[in-house]
Amino acid sequence: MAIYLTKESKVLVQGMTGGEGMKHTRRMLAAGTDVVCGVNPRKAGRTVDFDDRAVPVYGTVAEGMAATGADVTVVFVPPAFAKAAVLEAADAGIGLAVVITEGIPVHDSVAFTSYARAKGTRVIGPNCPGLITPGQSDAGIIPADITKPGRLGLVSKSGTLTYQLMYELRDIGFSSCVGIGGDPVVGTSHIDCLAAFQEDPDTELVVLIGEIGGDAEERAAAYVRDHVTKPVVGYIAGFTAPEGRTMGHAGAIVSGSAGTARAKREALEAAGVRVGSTPTETARLVLELLDARQPEGS
Amino acid sequence: MDLYEHQARELFEEHGILVPRAEVTDSPKEAREIARRLGGRVVVKAQVKTGGRGKAGGVKLAADPAAAELTARQILGMAIKGHTVGKVMLAQPVDIESEFYVSYVLDRAAGGFLAIASAEGGMEIEEVAATRPKAVARVPVDPARGVTSAKAGEIAEAAGLPPQTVDVLVRLWDVLVREDALLVEVNPLVRTRQGRILALDGKVTLDDNARFRQSRWGAEEGEHHDPLEATAAAKGLNYVKLDGEVGIIGNGAGLVMSTLDVVAGCGARPADFLDIGGGASAQIMADGLSVILSDPAVKSVFVNVFGGITACDAVADGIVRALETVRLTKPLVVRLDGNNAARGRAILDARAHPLVEQATTMDGAARRAAELAHSA
Repeated sequence: MAIYLTKESKVLVQGMTGGEGMKHTRRMLAAGTDVVCGVNPRKAGRTVDFDDRAVPVYGTVAEGMAATGADVTVVFVPPAFAKAAVLEAADAGIGLAVVITEGIPVHDSVAFTSYARAKGTRVIGPNCPGLITPGQSDAGIIPADITKPGRLGLVSKSGTLTYQLMYELRDIGFSSCVGIGGDPVVGTSHIDCLAAFQEDPDTELVVLIGEIGGDAEERAAAYVRDHVTKPVVGYIAGFTAPEGRTMGHAGAIVSGSAGTARAKREALEAAGVRVGSTPTETARLVLELLDARQPEGS
Repeated sequence: MDLYEHQARELFEEHGILVPRAEVTDSPKEAREIARRLGGRVVVKAQVKTGGRGKAGGVKLAADPAAAELTARQILGMAIKGHTVGKVMLAQPVDIESEFYVSYVLDRAAGGFLAIASAEGGMEIEEVAATRPKAVARVPVDPARGVTSAKAGEIAEAAGLPPQTVDVLVRLWDVLVREDALLVEVNPLVRTRQGRILALDGKVTLDDNARFRQSRWGAEEGEHHDPLEATAAAKGLNYVKLDGEVGIIGNGAGLVMSTLDVVAGCGARPADFLDIGGGASAQIMADGLSVILSDPAVKSVFVNVFGGITACDAVADGIVRALETVRLTKPLVVRLDGNNAARGRAILDARAHPLVEQATTMDGAARRAAELAHSA
């Protein structure tokens, strides 16, 4: 088991024939991902060779799904075309769309996340590293060789902090790691992932990484308090970050939270989440909690 | 990107929202001319991208053109919450009967936009929202349908706004969508004694990600008050100057923010935020180092790189090549971790630069960089 992505997942890549798409498709294949096809209307009918695997290119997502049974798309298309790409994938009825593209206008993200939700397509991202179920499948740009399969779940806004914690805890290993992206509007939240990890029998403990801005961590804290029985360890970045731009009166009126690292840490701790003050300390807290659960050690 | 009030005013006007007649200047002499053109009596308003400007003395009524010149002279150059006033806007005074508040703002939690409106606008709106939340209406807007007249009517009714505001609410939504804004706020939206609805002050935040399709405000870029930030921006670096003594370079915004925290936890203050991204090429490393080393406050530099997609040996190569073009004048603590970390460390060991030392952990490297800064 795992969340959202398993070795059964058949992955389609939108934007596979571009520079980033080629580079990361190669890496996904090397990580064991079952990449079944790419989509590019101008290169339909061709195949692209990745070392020992020839991956066909279809003109549309619907054609690709029909021909290969793809149920996950990874989107690498440039910001100006990302919205159309996700709308197309949702219309084709794909189950999961992982949007790696950085720099998508927020109005576009609002449009495609709400559209996809209505169509039953889960969006992860945009502006995210994707997700990995180590040893099974890697959908996106997370390096696969810095950790191994195990019993920790991880959800994070930040890419490099995800990698850092995956690496620090590589001896325990992970069920799934999800980089939800740091944009103001994302398709999958900390809460969605917490709910999925709570249900996942292979996940014993969840690592939650947040950073300043918005109030996603505060809401996640409330969710942990009310719905999560598995232990959760948190890390928040940005205690010393320069004050961000103001959002007028409206930002404060909407969330009622300052969005500071301190406010997030306090909310998590009030919900019983232990919060590390550095990534390394966070990893140590995870080990302590696991040891406490299994006195004979792990 | 936040707009100045006068830019927001211009946008509103283009979209058919009534605004007071106004002009902008950076010269007291010209302020006098503008006041004359506007009929003599004007409100002189500091143009700064921060709130609380009225309370700081940045908004004043001038009775005639001579007074406008004098007032403009007082306000120009004034510091309001760290922002220096470079321009003033002179506006025709308005005969206010009542003040309202309206805005559309991104609601991150809902992943959409929210209309916020209140019949009690003005400077105390946040207080109203905190003490009497029922006086502030919050109405979610379906992104696929937007704000039609019917929707605007619903918002106005929920907030107790007069029906004449419906047209403004529709046009304001138009501003939000057409300009790729993340926030449009009118506070106050006023009804004059003559019964007209006017946007007296506005705040607009544009989405930097939409710059590729919104060329209009491109020229307003480059607002870097700090010379080091200006240099870094010219080199395409994601650099923010801070007040400390430990220079910081890292890859990925989250990791760099975390690095600042860890350095602060060691009792030192970070001198900057510099995210060199995933690639960490020799050129970017050299550019970053040269900016940080030219900051006289910097006593030591901490390079914190996690090799994920880019392996550590490539990053180490980048550092070695950067050292060929940049003369290192301050101690450098490098922490390489992740893919090919051992090979990366060996490359730096082989280079054996007297001012470069390595640490194997992020916490250890931060402690060492803090020590070096304190003993310098």
